[in-house]
Amino acid sequence: VDRLEGLAKLTGRERYVDDLPLADFLWGATVRSPAPRGRITDVKLGPAVDWSQFTIVDHRDVPGPNVIALIENDQPVLAAGTVRHVHEPVLLLAHHDREALRRAVASVTVAVAPEPAVLDFRLPPAPEVIQYGSDNVLKHLSISKGDVERALAAAPIVVEGTYETGAQEHVYLEPQGMIAQLEGGVLVLRGSMQCPYYVLKALRVALARDESQLRVVQTPTGGGFGGKEEYPSTIALHAALLSLKSGKTVKMVYDRSEDMAATTKRHPALVRHRTGVATDGRLLAQDIAVIMDGGAYVTLSPVVLSRGIIHAAGPYACDHVRIDGRAMLTNAVPFGAFRGFGAPQTHFANERHMDRIAARLGLDPAELRRRNLLRDGQSTATGQVIRDGTDRVALLDRALSLADYGAKRAAHAIHNAASVTTRRGIGIATFHHGAGFTGSGEVVLASRLHVAGLPDGRVEVRSANIEMGQGTLTVFTALAAARLGLEPSDIVIAEADTWRVPNSGPTVASRTAMIVGRLVELACDALRARVGLDAGATGTAVRAAVRRWHERHPGEELVGEAVYQRPPGISWDETTYRGDAYATFGWGAYVAEVQVDLRTWQTHVTDFVALQEVGHVLNECLARGQIQGGVAQAIGWALLEECRWQDGAMANAQLTNYIIPTSDDLPPIRVAFVENPYPFGADGAKGLGELPMDGPAAAILNAVAAATGADPCVIPLTPERLMGIADWGSRIADSKSEGTAP
Amino acid sequence: VSGQSTIRNPQSAISITFSLNGSPISVEAQLTDRLLDTLRYRLGLTGTKEGCGEGECGACTVYLDGLPVNSCLVPIYQVRGCRVETVESLDPATLQPLLASGATQCGACTPGVAMTACWIREHRELLTTHSIRELLAGNLCRCTGYDGIVDGIQASLETDA
Repeated sequence: VDRLEGLAKLTGRERYVDDLPLADFLWGATVRSPAPRGRITDVKLGPAVDWSQFTIVDHRDVPGPNVIALIENDQPVLAAGTVRHVHEPVLLLAHHDREALRRAVASVTVAVAPEPAVLDFRLPPAPEVIQYGSDNVLKHLSISKGDVERALAAAPIVVEGTYETGAQEHVYLEPQGMIAQLEGGVLVLRGSMQCPYYVLKALRVALARDESQLRVVQTPTGGGFGGKEEYPSTIALHAALLSLKSGKTVKMVYDRSEDMAATTKRHPALVRHRTGVATDGRLLAQDIAVIMDGGAYVTLSPVVLSRGIIHAAGPYACDHVRIDGRAMLTNAVPFGAFRGFGAPQTHFANERHMDRIAARLGLDPAELRRRNLLRDGQSTATGQVIRDGTDRVALLDRALSLADYGAKRAAHAIHNAASVTTRRGIGIATFHHGAGFTGSGEVVLASRLHVAGLPDGRVEVRSANIEMGQGTLTVFTALAAARLGLEPSDIVIAEADTWRVPNSGPTVASRTAMIVGRLVELACDALRARVGLDAGATGTAVRAAVRRWHERHPGEELVGEAVYQRPPGISWDETTYRGDAYATFGWGAYVAEVQVDLRTWQTHVTDFVALQEVGHVLNECLARGQIQGGVAQAIGWALLEECRWQDGAMANAQLTNYIIPTSDDLPPIRVAFVENPYPFGADGAKGLGELPMDGPAAAILNAVAAATGADPCVIPLTPERLMGIADWGSRIADSKSEGTAP
Repeated sequence: VSGQSTIRNPQSAISITFSLNGSPISVEAQLTDRLLDTLRYRLGLTGTKEGCGEGECGACTVYLDGLPVNSCLVPIYQVRGCRVETVESLDPATLQPLLASGATQCGACTPGVAMTACWIREHRELLTTHSIRELLAGNLCRCTGYDGIVDGIQASLETDA
């Protein structure tokens, strides 16, 4: 089935928040902090502007507590007296003329008496920069299995490594945008978002407004990748405050530069590994320390750290594992949710480290992985016993076969001995990704979903889970149609409007198809039961039964409801971090081939094989698209995308100098699936959206290591960085001795 | 055109006449207005998207006298007497191969991609010297990894070859 809204998108008919027709509205804009930390001494409105024409809002206009409600309520809606990061919102302005508004924003001066700022999360904080607790640690988490110290002491070989990953900007092509509008006494927010109920909660708290006077509606969302998980609460509150003060409709749409500079990014991370290994390559002990840069407020860092450390030991069997994780406060723009949610950082470190271990042992990296990949019945770092029938070694071997691994390695050896200008290499990564919320998260969410029979016999799916390109509308439609024996044209997906849809949870964590899709199926069953249909009834019989029900119950709602139930046999202890961290995992085996140009030190990915087991694949085209897009985003993170920092601000907040991959930078990404239906996911599906972010960076750097003999441990591996670590001496010697080669 | 007097005062509105999707049109505009904003906010043609506002992403691609351009970089006075064509002018039937290949996900880059895809289709002689991937490199997409787009363009070339 083709993407349902696909033709509307191709023809430009799909209307995003900035496309909606609006009459008599004001544009809203944000005045931001120029400094990373300090006391606001003055906010001066410039003399060249007639300020009586503007709506002006500051922290004193926040009716309720001045907090953006999330995990910890420490982030203000608008700075009150102090600032903790550059670009922190201080003042809001609204005006009907966007150009006049831009000039007005530029004419406001926020004076800040600077205080010492912490701008490097890797260093222990000095006393004068402590801003959270006694040590700036936003969250400390640990995992312990067996006795790591004893196992390390007894291990014949210990391999150490330190790995670093940089911040990454989401670059969803549609920037953040929100419209606030008073309809009667109800404040309605329409905008680009992944989690309407997160926005609703943030509005309820900071506006001290009853939920009956609030309504949040998602507009078609032009990409999210996590960047529209928590951030939309901020821009929604800002638009709401301007609307309440002016009494008018207010639209805020960030331009690209503001979006890149002021909104969340992927957490930078530093990961240290100390691994005890047997001479045959078996992992005896994994000692792992993870530090993440949380930025200036808590936001989602505790849960990003949590997912990061749970995945940090990889999909391998090891009896002795210790993982220590810290998220540190810095005076940077808060880092936030981004596809993979902490796991890409720790998987990068672990998979790069596996190749370092293989090199130390003189073992083929594939063979090292074969010897350590989890077999059914073995357990992960948290003690979760894996018993899903997936053969992870066979998965790796199939990926190697698809990539022609052995033949390529032999060909590369010949090429590298002969070529003066290029080096080729192939690298692999094996990894996993837990689908759905971590630990007891799904139980706490207790997602609820409705399927309604309409008077005309059609059926409407009512969920808060949104379409942002990943295919929710198409997948939910197909699931409901199949479950009810109807045609896709008989199914309507309700707009994600908090007045119309129950809270089926946020559109994050690779949970929508697997978990919420399952609720669609169960709610369809409940609807069947309500209208008294037997299991075999399809098509006309279903539509007729729904119509008949409405004839007998005029004016009433016909709703089938489903509420999340934890699959049997799952248990998690939040205090000890032991147990089943996820109901299920997707498994990946990726192979990257690269060519490095020794003149420019540019790395070009020349082939990419992405093989995964993600349960039953619901829609091949959509699933393949998720994998290809995720791999492309990860290739950007690995090689191109560098946030350059200057005094706590992103200095390259433009697509001119923050480089994401173009079509010409990428090879065809070859995707294949091994299908092993997961009994508790919708039609056997597991989550898959984040998995492809986890493997590519390590596979690519492993390939660069194979190609060049360098040992790169930091991404993005820009040409400058690779040149810095490459062995110039041997290269020059090589090229002299091979001067006649092509 | 009384260009001289209007250029002296950048705040004054001038009347711009051009051809839009095959029909003549006149708009009152400021000299500094962008073609992109004129299309979107004045003429209601919101199919053309703003992705970056600096000519990097291609989401705002339109044809100006038959050539694809970033409409965020075109001052409105530059289109006087020109032919402007937007995504709204495309025949949906020609976009079917792109739909089937998964060329669109979130859709924000898609109108620009569709414009470039159709332009490649109409100028297939370029493919003797350039690859589809090279010709598409002015359109950033963050969702698809480009395979769905490249496959769709390839398929559309084959269907009406």
